[in-house]
Parts: sequence; structure tokens; C-alpha cells
Amino acid sequence: MSETVEQEFAPGNHPDLPPPVSTTGIIGWSRKNLFSSPLNTILTLLTLLLLWKSLPPLFEWAVVNSISSADSRAQCWNQMSSPGAGACWAFIKDRVQLFTYGFYPHELRWRVNISFLLLALALVPVLYEKLPHRKYGLLYSAAFPFIAGWLLVGGFGLESVDTDQFGGILLTLILGVTGISFSLPIGVALALGRQSNMPVLRILCVLFIEFIRGVPLITLLFVASTMLNYFLPPGTVYALLVRVLIMVTLFASAYMAEVIRGGLQAISKGQHEAGDSLGLTYWQAHRLIILPQAMKISIPGIVSNFIGLYKDTTLVLIIGMMDILGLGNASLADAKWAGLAMEVYIFVALYFFISCFSMSRYSLYLEKKLHTGH
Amino acid sequence: MSSASVTANEPMLLLRLWRNQEYRSVFIQIMTMLILFTFLGMIGHNVATNLEKAGKDFSFNFLSYPAGYDISFQPFISFSPTDTHLRAAVVGLLNTLLVAVSGVIIASIMGFTMGILRLSNNWLVSRLVYVFLEFTRNVPVLLHIFFVYGIFLYVLPVPKKALSISDTVFLTNRGFYWPSPVFEDGFGYVWFALLTAIVVVIAFVIWARKHQDKTGIKYPSFTISTAIIIGLPLLTFFISGSPMSWEIPVIKGFNFKGGTSIKPEYIALTFALAYYTSCFIAEIVRSGILAVSGGQSEASHALGLSHGNTLRLVVIPQALRVIIPPLASQYLNLTKNSSLAIAIGYMDIVATIGGISLMQTGREMETMIFVLLTYLIISLIISAFMNWFNKRMSIVER
Repeated sequence: MSETVEQEFAPGNHPDLPPPVSTTGIIGWSRKNLFSSPLNTILTLLTLLLLWKSLPPLFEWAVVNSISSADSRAQCWNQMSSPGAGACWAFIKDRVQLFTYGFYPHELRWRVNISFLLLALALVPVLYEKLPHRKYGLLYSAAFPFIAGWLLVGGFGLESVDTDQFGGILLTLILGVTGISFSLPIGVALALGRQSNMPVLRILCVLFIEFIRGVPLITLLFVASTMLNYFLPPGTVYALLVRVLIMVTLFASAYMAEVIRGGLQAISKGQHEAGDSLGLTYWQAHRLIILPQAMKISIPGIVSNFIGLYKDTTLVLIIGMMDILGLGNASLADAKWAGLAMEVYIFVALYFFISCFSMSRYSLYLEKKLHTGH
Repeated sequence: MSSASVTANEPMLLLRLWRNQEYRSVFIQIMTMLILFTFLGMIGHNVATNLEKAGKDFSFNFLSYPAGYDISFQPFISFSPTDTHLRAAVVGLLNTLLVAVSGVIIASIMGFTMGILRLSNNWLVSRLVYVFLEFTRNVPVLLHIFFVYGIFLYVLPVPKKALSISDTVFLTNRGFYWPSPVFEDGFGYVWFALLTAIVVVIAFVIWARKHQDKTGIKYPSFTISTAIIIGLPLLTFFISGSPMSWEIPVIKGFNFKGGTSIKPEYIALTFALAYYTSCFIAEIVRSGILAVSGGQSEASHALGLSHGNTLRLVVIPQALRVIIPPLASQYLNLTKNSSLAIAIGYMDIVATIGGISLMQTGREMETMIFVLLTYLIISLIISAFMNWFNKRMSIVER
């Protein structure tokens, strides 16, 4: 039978046969990607075993057996088959206000909400390049830290709030946004200083950058909390938040300077010479030719610096400031809810993961979009 | 040009000088120096008046006074409250270095493993590693430290209900316990055998390499060396009648006695720092290996090198050149992050001299300067070493 079918085609005109079943579809895919060699088979089976052992219990703990409404840990655990069999998300629900606003006065929290809203608006012109009238939008974004500062701290017609009452996500965002928005311009200045042909400027910038990069952030925060007041004229006392903001910004700008220096060094000498031959001054050449290219190259580094800085804001809890992790940790000492550490840590971890992961995804998107080479 | 015309054109002259690049740069530098010195002078003046106001002086004499506090973790040199602040600082420094060194070793092993697994053609494994990497990297390291420490504090059982493997190794909320070896008389022979084995192996490797250069015949020197180094001491051990016993930790009262133990603070700090840093190392390793072009391994296969030899002799040496500089900065980060010890009460240098000593003596300036300088010196040493290593590994060009 098959012989007769074969004869219907002239030599060389036989249509392609379908690929063997074992190389296509799910079977083919898993053969290629999961069981291609004995070692790979063992690895796959081990991984499957690991997932099988870890995921179902985790799912049971976090979702199936979890309790989302209770007034205390005892109440929470009474509703379960055995104490600790499920997560007690009621604890997080009970504390979510505290984790968001810290100890900001209840009746003034609308100001925090407006600031959050304004922050979201300020991000729009930075993130979307095709926004109409983006120039004015960017002006607003640059002004945002000052507007938000006025809204949160008060004064000039608003009731003032003590900065010691800031906490939770509010404090984390204040530290992060201030550090990010001020470290970029200072970092550019430091990077240019380090590349400058004036020896005095260059040496000063190198000393500053290398000093900051050589010591841990936590020691700088200790300096801010214990030593910085000695440096100020007698009688002047800055709030701890201000001192910490100064230190965090200086710390971030030293790292930023190194990233931008990498970008500057990648620009070929011809670009500088082209600027000179057009009769541009140093600043014109840098503003119009060098920096736009250098910044484009350094975007991945800049964003990963931002992410690092954002994560590092948690260190302020060591000098007694209550950011989201600090408040979470402090809540564990509450006798009513004691022992629910994992719930708190998972909540805080998810908060940081979502914000940092979206930042790194955005950086990847930007990199792809700005990649104008082949 | 007469002097009169110069004085008449004084503003013009200044303008001319300003427009001259050299003069301008000298002028800017002088101004910078002036501003800097005024600033430093102001700070110095402020510090002097503030210290005077607070009734303090500036001296490092306190370093030789008794510290008056105890340090809970002192594996290298002993410390008692009557010892000086300087000794406390040294104990803290050694604790910092202990975390840094063990953390770097664990992080490198984990990082290289995960970096290679990320490149595996096994879809499931590389995805799983990717998910772990992304999650760990995007969560603050301090949270990881609290998390691992939290497992000890809230999840692990008290010593009486310790998790154990056949009643010799115990994991409790007070730490990790395992039997410690007790050397009896005659164990010296085993040490001697080990020393002999090492000498023999070194001689053998040198001879084998020369032999290969001369004749091209290759001995399996790695297998032979391992066999000698393990076999000879083991043989001596049994011949001399097993002169060693194990001291097994046993529960006495509320805690274990005997055996070797490590504190939960140390485990939490080291392990959290190590796996956090290893995620960054994995990405560095992955991109380093990807940077070696595929032609290199194809060429080496064409020359008849085995898969292992290709990796060991061709791919890894080239990948290392890309890997080392960012790896060095990760090692530095780990060392600096070890200062987070203070958050869980591990007594490192920040917690001893920058924490308790500061509180007890009230000398913020001196203790902070001490800590900052110590970290600067550590950083400089690490980066100098990595620069040297990088230079050794880099391609020697014409």
C-alpha cells in the first residue's frame, strides 16, 4: 500500500512529512528542555520534588488556612485547626494604616494622601516620553519634592507636623524620593569634577567619592544621628530626618557619580572635539552633546543604583527611625500580636519586591527603547 | 603698551584674563580651595565650640580605659568587662572579618552555582533560579537578615525539643550544635601523615607537569592527589588505633553543653548576607560566561579538548576577566553590609566601639572616626588585592 503512495510523486517532489511526534508539542518540548541528558533528568526530578514539597504547604499556610479577620493572635489561632497552621493576615489588616502613615496625625492624613497622588502625577512626565507638553510636566516633577515637603511638614499656612511622627511607607518614600531626585544632579556634578582637568577639583571629587564608597551607609547614618550636630553652628539643631536625608543623598550621589563616570568615559574623544570645533563652550558641549549620550549609556546603572538606595532606606530603623520595616519589627513586640513575624516580613518583602521589580522592568524597557544601534 | 593704558583698561584686562582658559582654571581652583578651607575652618570652629559647650575634649585616651561591658560572641580572643575599649574594638573587628570572610566564601560558591544553573538548558531549573534571584535581589538585605534571624527566634524549637539528626547534630533557637573532635595521644601521627601527603602531592604535581611538557603524556593528577591526601592520613589513623573521639553535645538544664556551637546571630547574619550577595554574583557570572563568544568553545572542541577541559582551560579564564571587577565590588558590599550586624545584636565593630563604647563614654566624634577609618582601611585593602588579582588575570598584550 505504502509503495503505491510513494510512486505518485516525481523524485524530489515529495511533500514534507510531519515531524516525528516525539520532537513537537509538549513531549518534544519537555524532551528538549527537561530531559535532554541524564543529569538534566535528575535535576528536573529534584526540582519537581522540591516544588512539590514546598509549594502546597506554603499555599495552604498563606491562603487556605489563613485568617483575615480577628482582633488578636489568640483569636486568630483559635479559628485554626492548630496554632500557626495558617497565616494571620488580620494582623496586617489591623496595622496597615500604621504601616502606611506611621504616626502622622489622623486628622491631617489627607495631606499625605494628596502627596502620594502628586507623586504619582510627578512620575508621569518622567516615565512617559510622549506626553504632550512634557517640558512643563518635567518642571512640575522637579518642583514636586518641594511641594510635597511643604504639604507634609506644614508651615506657610498649614499646621506643622513634627518630622518625628513620619513613618512607614511615607518615610520610606520620603527617603527614597529625596535621595533619588537629589543624588542624580549631585552625581553628575561629581562625575564631571572627577573628569575635569583642574587638579584641585579632580582630587576633591575623588577623595569625596572614595571616602563615601569606602564606608558602610550605617556608619554614615550613625554620624548623622550622633556627630553631625557638632558640625553645625552652636545652637542650631536640625531634625534627625533632615540630617539623615543629607547623609542618604551624599551617599547615593557618590555611587551615582561612579555610574555616570562610566558613561562619560564611554563617549569617544571625537564627540568632545566635535563640540569644540563647533565653537561650543564646555557647558554647551556637555549639555547638548556629551551628557545626553553618557546618561543614555548609564541608565541601567542609574536605575540599579536607585533600587539599591530604595532598599537601603530600611537601614534608618537602626538609628531609631520607623520606616515600614522598623514599624513591622516594632509591631512584633506587641503582646497582643506577638509571634507573627513571618506575616509581617512577607508583607514588607512584597512591598519592596513590587516597587523594586517594577523599577528594574522599566529600566529594561527604557534600555530597549533607547537602543538605537543595530 | 604703556602702563597707563593698562590701568585705564583694568576691567578689560580682568575680562581678558577670565576669557583665557588657563587663567580661568587657576582662578576657579583658587576659589574652590578658599571656599573649602573657609568651610573646613567653620566646621572646625563649630566642633571646638560645641565640644567646649558640652564640656568634652577630643582625645583617644578612652581606648585604654576598661570597657565595662561583655561581648557575647568572642571566638578568637577572650574578652572580659575589665578589658579596654581598644580590645573590644579588636574583638569587634575580628567578628566583622569572620562574617566577611565566611560570607564571601559561601556567597561565591552559591553565586557561581546559581549563575551556571541560570545558563542550564534545563528550563525548569533555570526558571526556578531566576525567580529566586529576582525575588531575593529586590528585597532589602536587612529584611533578609531579620527573616533568617526570625526563623531562629520564632520557628525553631527550644533546646529541649531540638531538631536533631540521630541525636548528634542539633538545631535549636539557641543556635546550631554539633559534636567536636577530641584529639587523644597519638593523633600527632595523623597530622604528620597529612603533612607528608601534602609534600608528596606537591612534588608529584610538579613532576607530572614536567613529564607532560616533555612527553605529552598526562597523568590524572587530580584524582591521584586527592587519593593521597585523603588516603594516607586515614590509613595512619586506623593503624595508630583511632586516637580520636567525639564530644557530643548533651542537654543540661535549659541549653546544650559540650560540642561545638554557633550562635543564631552569626548564622543569620552570614547566611542572609551570603545568599543576598550570591544573587548579584550569579548575574555577574552569567553575563561573564555569556561574554565569551561561542567560537572559543567551538575552537577548543575542534582541537579535541573534552567538555570539562574546554570549560576549565578556555571559557572560565576568559570569563573571569569580565567577572572579577564587578565581583570585587560585590565582596566589598558584603563586607560593608556586615555592619548591619547591630540590627540583630551580633557584636561586630560597629556594635562594639561604635555602639556600646559610644554610649558608655559619650565620645561620638572619636568612636565614629575610629569606625570610619577602620572600614576605609578594610575597603582599601580589599580593592588593592582585587586590583592586583585583576592585573594578574588580565590579557597580556603586546
